[in-house]
Amino acid sequence: MNPHRDPEHAQRLLDHIHRLAAPLPRPLRIMEFCGGHTHSLYRHGLPQLLPDTLQLIHGPGCPVCLLPPDTIERAIELAHEGALLATFGDALRVPSRRGSLQQARAAGADIHVVYAPSDALQLARRHPHRPVVLLAIGFETTMPATAHSLQQAARQGLRNFRLLCAHLATPPLLAHLLRDPHLHLDGLIAPGHVATVTGLAPFRPAPRAHRIPTVVAGFEPLDLLLALLLLLRQHQRRQARLQNAYRRAVRRHGNPRARALIDQVFQRPTATDLGDDPIQAARVHLRPAYRAHDAGHPHPTPAPRQDTPCRQVLLGHLAPADCPHLGHRCTPEHPLGAPMVSGEGACAAYHRYRLAPC
Amino acid sequence: MDHNQPHTPHETAMCLATPARIIAILDPDIPTAQADLNGLRREINLAALESPETAQRSVGRWVLVHVGFALTYLDEQDAQRTLHLLRQRRTP
Repeated sequence: MNPHRDPEHAQRLLDHIHRLAAPLPRPLRIMEFCGGHTHSLYRHGLPQLLPDTLQLIHGPGCPVCLLPPDTIERAIELAHEGALLATFGDALRVPSRRGSLQQARAAGADIHVVYAPSDALQLARRHPHRPVVLLAIGFETTMPATAHSLQQAARQGLRNFRLLCAHLATPPLLAHLLRDPHLHLDGLIAPGHVATVTGLAPFRPAPRAHRIPTVVAGFEPLDLLLALLLLLRQHQRRQARLQNAYRRAVRRHGNPRARALIDQVFQRPTATDLGDDPIQAARVHLRPAYRAHDAGHPHPTPAPRQDTPCRQVLLGHLAPADCPHLGHRCTPEHPLGAPMVSGEGACAAYHRYRLAPC
Repeated sequence: MDHNQPHTPHETAMCLATPARIIAILDPDIPTAQADLNGLRREINLAALESPETAQRSVGRWVLVHVGFALTYLDEQDAQRTLHLLRQRRTP
């Protein structure tokens, strides 16, 4: 058995959590930034086991949920123009004004699901006379793989390999959440897999500048329970510190080699790059040296409406359970937005494990 | 790469990484390796961890793999330490 799922340890941690949470005068609002954490919490049934005085706010760390519809539209356009489009499976069903990639594929567009960016590179080798476009999504965890494939393509003269870049950087998005006057966070569970690359530095502003206790966590049930316990401890002691509860994977300075790969290929915005729209501000761009491999930018679209329920869910303002559409107008079969289709979307997690447990 | 393959949410989740054990180096120049991912053998990329000269030292070690790319070594000692602390009456 995976030792990080041991039910006995889990029970002990839960007992401690309940003991510390019982005297709380009001619920503590704790955000898990990463959609992977959201899914792990629900998959293992943890929300039902936690005390009512711990309120989990689901964060925006779901790359597919943050895919701007204009990017999907551009991808469909490229596929219709004759490109072979490579995408991760999650992005297939994201709705846009031109439908989803899945619908485009059913209508004859050449769209391949890949497991890794290197699979897309392989497609480019096999189809040297066609543009092969990788819809590149993901945070700092995915960027090194994309960057490496692009470098390989450049080195091997595979000019038909292109990138539709929808990568996002964590720091600007996190900075936005920390400044959000409506969130009132009492604790932050920081994304462990992003931290394997970035190290701890991007998460220091949460405790230092915003006095929010922060714990970098892994993705197993015991990792998450431990993170919640450490956050409660900090709260009890009136501390705001950054703790690394995922030390088996996360080093203080992250993976410098992976960051170097990213920075050779991409221009990453920093935490100070805050525009009006947090998702736009987090967008990562290809460096000019790789312009030949750029599949182009989506046509500019008007700024997204601030009040759609999907966006409110993504920014932590609306719990999936409180969305009027969830389970009625919006289901995995007929999604109104990406949080219902993505493997890491908060609505998909809630629907899958709470409304329709399998 | 078969585009008809079934995909479940956790197989394709974008921020999840899977532990894998390195079995052998395949192409030392990149470098790539054969790894055991939950009993499946897959080719993974080690470029974020090792150079061609040092790739061989990764054989037998555990890594976290995301979209075919090894992001970090897993430190078993640290994992054991955390578990040991959890086992004790006092929590860490």
